[in-house]
Amino acid sequence: MIECNNIIKTYRNGDNETRALRGVSFKITDGEFVAIMGPSGSGKSTLMHILGCLDTPTSGTYILDGRDVSTMSDDQLADIRSQKIGFVFQSFNLLSRATVMRNVMLPLMYSSLVSEEERAGRASQALLSAGLAKDRWQHFSNQLSGGQIQRVAIARALVNDPALIMADEPTGNLDTKTGEIVMGTFQRLNEEEHRTIVLITHEPDIAAHANRIIHIRDGVIVEDAHNHHKKVIDQSKIHL
Amino acid sequence: MKLKDLFNETTAALLGNKVRSGLTVLGIVIGIASVIAMISIGNGASSSIQANIQSLGSNLLIVTPAAARVIGSGPSAGRGSAQSLTVADATAIASQVANVVGVASEVSTREQVVAGANNTNTTIDGTDPSYTSVRNLTIANGSFFTDAEASSLAQVAVLGPTTASDLFGTADPVGQTITIQGVAFTVIGVAAAKGGTGFNNVDDRIYIPLRDAQVFMTGNQYVNDINIEAASAGAMQQVQNDATALLLQRHNISNPANADFSIINQADILSTASSITGTLTILLASVAGISLLVGGIGIMNMMLTTVTERTREIGLRKAIGAKKKDIHMQFLMESILLTFVGGVIGIVLGCAIALIISAIGVMHAAISVFSIVLAFGVCALIGIIFGYYPARRAANLNPIEALRYE
Repeated sequence: MIECNNIIKTYRNGDNETRALRGVSFKITDGEFVAIMGPSGSGKSTLMHILGCLDTPTSGTYILDGRDVSTMSDDQLADIRSQKIGFVFQSFNLLSRATVMRNVMLPLMYSSLVSEEERAGRASQALLSAGLAKDRWQHFSNQLSGGQIQRVAIARALVNDPALIMADEPTGNLDTKTGEIVMGTFQRLNEEEHRTIVLITHEPDIAAHANRIIHIRDGVIVEDAHNHHKKVIDQSKIHL
Repeated sequence: MKLKDLFNETTAALLGNKVRSGLTVLGIVIGIASVIAMISIGNGASSSIQANIQSLGSNLLIVTPAAARVIGSGPSAGRGSAQSLTVADATAIASQVANVVGVASEVSTREQVVAGANNTNTTIDGTDPSYTSVRNLTIANGSFFTDAEASSLAQVAVLGPTTASDLFGTADPVGQTITIQGVAFTVIGVAAAKGGTGFNNVDDRIYIPLRDAQVFMTGNQYVNDINIEAASAGAMQQVQNDATALLLQRHNISNPANADFSIINQADILSTASSITGTLTILLASVAGISLLVGGIGIMNMMLTTVTERTREIGLRKAIGAKKKDIHMQFLMESILLTFVGGVIGIVLGCAIALIISAIGVMHAAISVFSIVLAFGVCALIGIIFGYYPARRAANLNPIEALRYE
């Protein structure tokens, strides 16, 4: 459960004050698949950073999974990120000199909740959920295709069993077909495993895969509605 | 973050860039190896110089003449050129100064020496039979001349080992005849090697009785120096003072500043020599220390480059839950591991260099445990000091900016 109340974020650059978010309020319930849409400069990246606990709002409250994270310190935020949030980035951000397994296990290293013995099991589970074929698990990330790499990144986001998956332009570096497959993976995670997913994108085509779309412009929400034209990926057409 | 994870991450990162890690380690290896080798060489030189000085004789005082007096402002012939010491002075010191164990006068000249078909030019040392005990001279073969031989002007000679091989090669010189200044001497002994080198080689000389040297070579009553052996190290100062007073009185000199002789104390030579070698060791070690410093800067440089290159990785690690402390420890660990590996290799290499230098006989090098401990400590310190700043920089990166970094 995510609850944002009148979130304001201002950046100060010398005498100039930039207001990236000018009072944003919304709720996301568990199991929702929400797309946050907006052109560049709309404040959607700032919102993502706050939702992902990478940054704190200047004012307003943000309650994630029952905890107010808007006033936490850097180290407390790191703990929250480790336990409650899984990130999927546009540029994947895998360690190129590490195997798929090691990449997926990486977040567990910083978590005090998962013992060393559990790690491999957790990683295997996450990789199965993300839909990466088993014969790829010992490969290095530079031996994989773009779609496979993004699925490793999804597995890495799942490995801590987070309350929220933040996907920041996850298809931005992929071709249309591979992008569809990745979006299909998100849909399956949402429908079958009831994962809460927040997707940040500027592409209406990609946002169309979500159940709910929040439009943001100039730091305020201009539209927040159920997506009546959801584009559903036929899971049977996804070849792993 | 567990220590095992930290270690795994560190080794993976360092092995991920083997060439760069290797070159950085090399800087530390060279630094540590040179510190250890240099300190070993310095220590070795110091102990061999001290051993050389000790081998001259123990608790030794040497009386030498002062500069010959010149009339007007003519050129001085230098210290030791005056003819002011006599055998009588030596006898007086032996009988009148307390705590004197032995006295040996010396007359030295350089002469051409012939033995059969071979000849050489060497130092002829006319001295007393007590010379062997006063100057720690041991006889390897045959014997030194006796009091009876010395007083009866017997034409006998003892050869230094270098002179013996120059004149007789591998043949036994004892019983052979050599000719010095046209006077035939019978070789009665060969001294054991003392290990001298250069112009004043103590192994390249011929010992003959003092009287023989005065009669056949110098033709006067004077001696070049008087060696005095004190009973103990503690008595040396007293013997030096008493001998100075006695000689001043015998030479009728009232002002000690005008003394026509000087007395050199072996302890003074020893302390001078050790201060010289000490300075030398410090000099060598600081040159090596500079290379260690350069190695440390190399580590810092590499770590800063690494942090910049891996900015996105740092951003990712922070995004998935790494705390400042985790990132700090990871990068600090990398530099510590680099210096640790470099330090271990450097210590092994430094000891090997010291042993090789000793083995091929260039110089005696003594490896000291102190230098190894010092090198290791400095090494650990370098890892921490030069790794701290880059690690702090990594830890303080803002995750949002780090993730955006191109």
